[in-house]
Amino acid sequence: MESQPRIGVYVCHCGTNIAANVTVEQVAEYAATLPNVAVARDYLYMCSDPGQEMIQRDIEEYGLTRVVVASCSPRMHEPTFRGAAQQAGLNPYLVEMANIREQCSWVHTDREQATEKAKSLVASVVGKAARLKPLEEREVGVTPGAVVIGGGVAGMVAALDLAGAGFPVYLVEKSDHLGGRVAELNRVFPALESTPELLEPLIEQIQTHSNITVFLNAQVADVEGFVGNFEVTVSGQDSNGLEQSALRVGAIIIATGYDVFDPHRKPELGYGQYPHVITSLEMEQKLVEGDLTVNGRSPRSVAFIQCVGSRDEQVGNPYCSRVCCMYTSKQSRLARELLPEADVTVFYIDVRTFGKGAEEFYDEARLKGVRYRRGNVSEIIRRGDRVVLVAEDTLLGRPIEFEADLVVLAVGMEPRFDAGTLSNMLKVARSSDGFFMELHPKLRPVDTTVDGVFLAGCCQGPKDIPDTVAQAKAAASSALIPLLKGTVPVISETAVVDPEWCAGCGMCVDVCPFGAPALDSVRGVSQINAVLCKGCGACAVACPSKAIYLQHFTPEQILAQVDALMG
Amino acid sequence: MEMERNKPAALIIGAGISGIQAALDIADAGYQVHLVEREPSVGGHMAQLDKTFPTLDCSSCILTPKMVDVGNHPNIDLMTYSEVVSVERAGEAFRVRVCKKPRYVDIDTCTGCGSCAEACRMKGRVVSRFDEGIAKRSAIYVPFPQAVPLKYTVDPTACLYLTLGKCGKTFLCKDACPAGAIDFEQQEEFVDLEVGAIIVATGYDLIDPRTKPEFGYGVYPRVMTGLEFERLSSASGPTRGEIAIDGKKPKEVVFIQCVGSRDPHTGVPYCSRFCCMYTAKHAHLVRDKVPDANITIFYMDVRAFGKGYEEFYDRVKHERVVYRRGEPSEIYRQGDKLVVLAEDTLLGEPIEVEADLVVLATAVVPRADAQETGALLGLEHSPDGFFQGAHKFRPLDTPMEGVFLAGCCEGPKDIPDTVAQGKAAAASALRVLAQQERE
Amino acid sequence: MKTGPMTEQLELFGCIQCGKCTGGCPVARKTVLNIRSMIYHMLVEPELDVSAHEELWDCTCCFNCVERCPKDVRPAELIIELRGQLVESGRIPETIGTALMGVFRQGNPTGMAREDRTAWVNDGNPDSRIEIKAAQEGCELLYFVCCTAAYDLRVQPVARALARAFQAAGLDFGTLGTEESCCGSGVRRLGEKGLFEMLVEENGEMFRSVGASRLVTTSPHCFNTFKNEYGLDGIEVLHYTQLIAELIEQGRLNLSNEVNKKVTYHDPCFLGKQNHVFDEPRAILKAIPGVELVEMDRNRERSLCCEGGGGRMWAEGTNLEERLAFQRVQEAAETGAEILAVACPFCLLTLEDAVKVQGLDEADQDGRTLQVMDIMELVNLALVD
Repeated sequence: MESQPRIGVYVCHCGTNIAANVTVEQVAEYAATLPNVAVARDYLYMCSDPGQEMIQRDIEEYGLTRVVVASCSPRMHEPTFRGAAQQAGLNPYLVEMANIREQCSWVHTDREQATEKAKSLVASVVGKAARLKPLEEREVGVTPGAVVIGGGVAGMVAALDLAGAGFPVYLVEKSDHLGGRVAELNRVFPALESTPELLEPLIEQIQTHSNITVFLNAQVADVEGFVGNFEVTVSGQDSNGLEQSALRVGAIIIATGYDVFDPHRKPELGYGQYPHVITSLEMEQKLVEGDLTVNGRSPRSVAFIQCVGSRDEQVGNPYCSRVCCMYTSKQSRLARELLPEADVTVFYIDVRTFGKGAEEFYDEARLKGVRYRRGNVSEIIRRGDRVVLVAEDTLLGRPIEFEADLVVLAVGMEPRFDAGTLSNMLKVARSSDGFFMELHPKLRPVDTTVDGVFLAGCCQGPKDIPDTVAQAKAAASSALIPLLKGTVPVISETAVVDPEWCAGCGMCVDVCPFGAPALDSVRGVSQINAVLCKGCGACAVACPSKAIYLQHFTPEQILAQVDALMG
Repeated sequence: MEMERNKPAALIIGAGISGIQAALDIADAGYQVHLVEREPSVGGHMAQLDKTFPTLDCSSCILTPKMVDVGNHPNIDLMTYSEVVSVERAGEAFRVRVCKKPRYVDIDTCTGCGSCAEACRMKGRVVSRFDEGIAKRSAIYVPFPQAVPLKYTVDPTACLYLTLGKCGKTFLCKDACPAGAIDFEQQEEFVDLEVGAIIVATGYDLIDPRTKPEFGYGVYPRVMTGLEFERLSSASGPTRGEIAIDGKKPKEVVFIQCVGSRDPHTGVPYCSRFCCMYTAKHAHLVRDKVPDANITIFYMDVRAFGKGYEEFYDRVKHERVVYRRGEPSEIYRQGDKLVVLAEDTLLGEPIEVEADLVVLATAVVPRADAQETGALLGLEHSPDGFFQGAHKFRPLDTPMEGVFLAGCCEGPKDIPDTVAQGKAAAASALRVLAQQERE
Repeated sequence: MKTGPMTEQLELFGCIQCGKCTGGCPVARKTVLNIRSMIYHMLVEPELDVSAHEELWDCTCCFNCVERCPKDVRPAELIIELRGQLVESGRIPETIGTALMGVFRQGNPTGMAREDRTAWVNDGNPDSRIEIKAAQEGCELLYFVCCTAAYDLRVQPVARALARAFQAAGLDFGTLGTEESCCGSGVRRLGEKGLFEMLVEENGEMFRSVGASRLVTTSPHCFNTFKNEYGLDGIEVLHYTQLIAELIEQGRLNLSNEVNKKVTYHDPCFLGKQNHVFDEPRAILKAIPGVELVEMDRNRERSLCCEGGGGRMWAEGTNLEERLAFQRVQEAAETGAEILAVACPFCLLTLEDAVKVQGLDEADQDGRTLQVMDIMELVNLALVD
């Protein structure tokens, strides 16, 4: 790159997301005055087809050798713009982005100041762009095979899709049986099919599939490697009694499910104190046995309380657990069937029967005599051999004391208590509610922050069976992409050691979380495995000899940014 | 498009977000995809949306890159403005006939410059369906500026030549086109394909609000549907995102949930699933753009069930949006204001609320031609009219092996669930294709 | 008044009208007070005629609503703000006005003179007069006596018992004597914001100048407001049950005398519900030899408010017939207990009154009687110096 770089600058309106607070035309005008800028434009949606074509045309017409897009965060569209440039024949690493949305228009309200800031940001990135170097794109092979952590419905469905596509699947289950939470259920809404009848064929398919190896009473002890090349250590035996230690796979699916909210945390509801008060899972058990008696007596009044442990800031669970309105509707209907003489009442705040066939099911429940009363129960006290629900009926507009013999708490879902351990092991992030975090809430519901690791089922958030199945299949689909392709791209912005400066001190080896640098004992210098390196830059900072630089973030490039910002 | 003999391909019917996602997954895994879309552009309803809940990402921002990917992907054969005409079983595979409808524009030469639309005699007179009827366009058009492919199409129901046989003395569009791309001799073209798996992703329609005449839709211009509101609020919409009717910003905005849904009178007893959330989002957009407006939402139950949804609902309430429990009964006019009649069931009293903008959250219904699509592919319908999957543990399987459902054609759902289903159907398709490849 | 500004200030918009507040409100079942409905009015009506809501004075500020609201809305704060509006316009019940005036003039709501505030040290017996150090001279533990404990003859024994216990444990403690002024808990909850702020400033300054590292109170009301509303950084605020339980555990109190009674304990709202101090009072009772502790069904978080808080000691409210204290002492009697133990001066007074009115202090057919005593009175019986 001896000749002067020719930079194209594109300032995006992003609809009104940027344009509402930043005068983008001005920023483009300003960009045109910066050194090495051959052309500067602004457009409504740079990521769209016309936007990308604009860049491609300019690369050809103006002989551009660098591209700067001033728009949203690179997390959104860096691949998009790199791809567009690549199609026009430019090395994708000669493209850089200036974030004037999340770091400017979205956080400031003073238009003048925001526009000035946007200009500075663009100037700094233009400064860097002039010093960018082309980088090689690399691919690495993918080990055919996947580990699915969790043998509930989500895990089994994902495993079947992967195995069906021809890959060996290792299904690791912590307990001694497959089926997860669903195995504890009686019948499922809305068609009220018997759960064992639905579950057994699924379990059988898993157990007889030639591509699937099931580990029961087993846990994932350690995970090494990266997408396409994981090494998973499982502690426990497979069905043949073989204690497999290291499994080499290309993808991992987390399907570890959920825990149930412990109603002891709401002591005012008397759970654990009164035998009349039970959880919904305990109710399923009673329904399986067909026995709803309490203290040997048949209840004259059965009450259900929604939102126990959900939508509740007091216990730190502000989210909705999604399935409880439906399962309560189901349980209350079944209770009416078992006890035609009893009063069955559901205490609710909002009835969330949104799924396929759900509203109709709720209608049927009411027609069959389940009474719905709007009011979140405040506390439960005892009166003789019954209990009393102390609440307000908000539609009557007055407080009530409702006597019952059996009270079912619709407890919500919580992340597994040991989700943190798995999160640390796999380096997968969790959302603020504690469930595993998907990469993007709308468009990447099963991908995680770690390539090659996918989420399925309730470990990502509460959901019912059809949504769990869909998500598990979605995770399988995401996993099948690298597995079927056979290769995965590896990032190019990795760290490089200059052997002339390296003293072989080993500090880089110590700080790297990914095990990428290693000391070459013969030459006495460090070498970085470009495939393991994630480009975090810790080694570059730690190196006392300044022998390491991070490609695409060299000191020269960063200092050029600082210089431009300083004026 | 020539197919490799040994590598089976998939057919995806419908290029909304679920079809797009399924196509990308299958194509990324190395298989060919024929993606058939009957509109001139891919994108479906999602392309009409402004910002999406709960993150408030702008819909175009997250959709257009996927649209572009689908248009550029080496493994995707994108057929827009086309429809599937017949499907036949051929052993394990399917023989499919696709009709490519005539655009009367050569897509290889069209540059998308727009000069034709500028020149068209019908400019500004054709109601734009993409803008839900609140804007007008020409008879030759692209549905929206970020369309993929960005190629013009002549609307055969609006073009003077195609409907009445002549267009003045000369074709103004042809004269204006610098690339000579307009060709009124163009015929429909049939393409025969052989595919190993089919995904149905045909999406949804919205109920005609006139089925609830008591709300005055069509009579009062200030009563609109949720999707119309999306276009009003969208930066690429007719008002460039300004919430104003006839140039005036509303002061009293009322949103009404469950218009047509959960309603035996309209034949829609089910819940449309995403309206509670988009209404909360709409309320937020109004608060954002009209800071001093009074915003009221009439509801029966607030269904904020998904990840981050309850928190979004909390946030919107804190933005001084008042939720009143009670399904309004009717709307009438008093002077230049509208009056919404309802019972506030928490007060236990009937109320009348004035409004100068009313937005109806209308019911989601199956596509008008869902029955025909179903017949084409031997699909089953549930009582709600949407396609029915096999059962709870196989919600996307159909009676035809190798044919899968994805997205709202199976029932209303939000974008995350739609994308998940698109990927789920892709997994089923990949399984089938991989098996076929091995044989 | 216009509802808008107060609704915004109190962030009432988060309310989802679930009804948990009214559902758990102890006075809602006996008056027309419906806090959920009131919040809804604030949300949907542009105006509210505060003076039409006499029932606002019924609230005991037990804070059941605040503790349980799933959306962190703090409903009781609305009542306090609305009371503030009534105070500003001068529309307050006479008894409340008198009490507030007393706090302002004499530093206590009882209507008695400031200079009589230290009379409690004297129980009439010249031999048992306790010497109490003046905190102003400096001490490690500042003992805040409380207006009710200082002036009310029935509650004074509690203060004396505490002083005796502190002495027996060898603590370096002192009181502010006649310079002690009302903590203002009731003042704030009655809506008299200005007077409360004045008390916070004056009291706070006095506490800081004493230099004590710990502050212990007789009353949970004083405890709650000092701990949560005063902002006394650097001073550890304790209720006496926390301190006495600690001393017992450290073996610094010799509880050798037997008290052979069946005892049940009533959790005061301001100690239990609001500050989650449930175990220490019970630990003290169990440490008294001979005490058999039985629990009422409505214990701990579900304890039934005695209607002493929120300024109710100076206002009867709109329903004088059904007092919650009546129900409460019946619940205590049902356990078979002979003693209903309390840890709050207001609970002591209201529950004892209820026992008398209901005649539970007279032997029933089984010869049982019910007596209301403060925990410290029991400790006093057991304590050997």
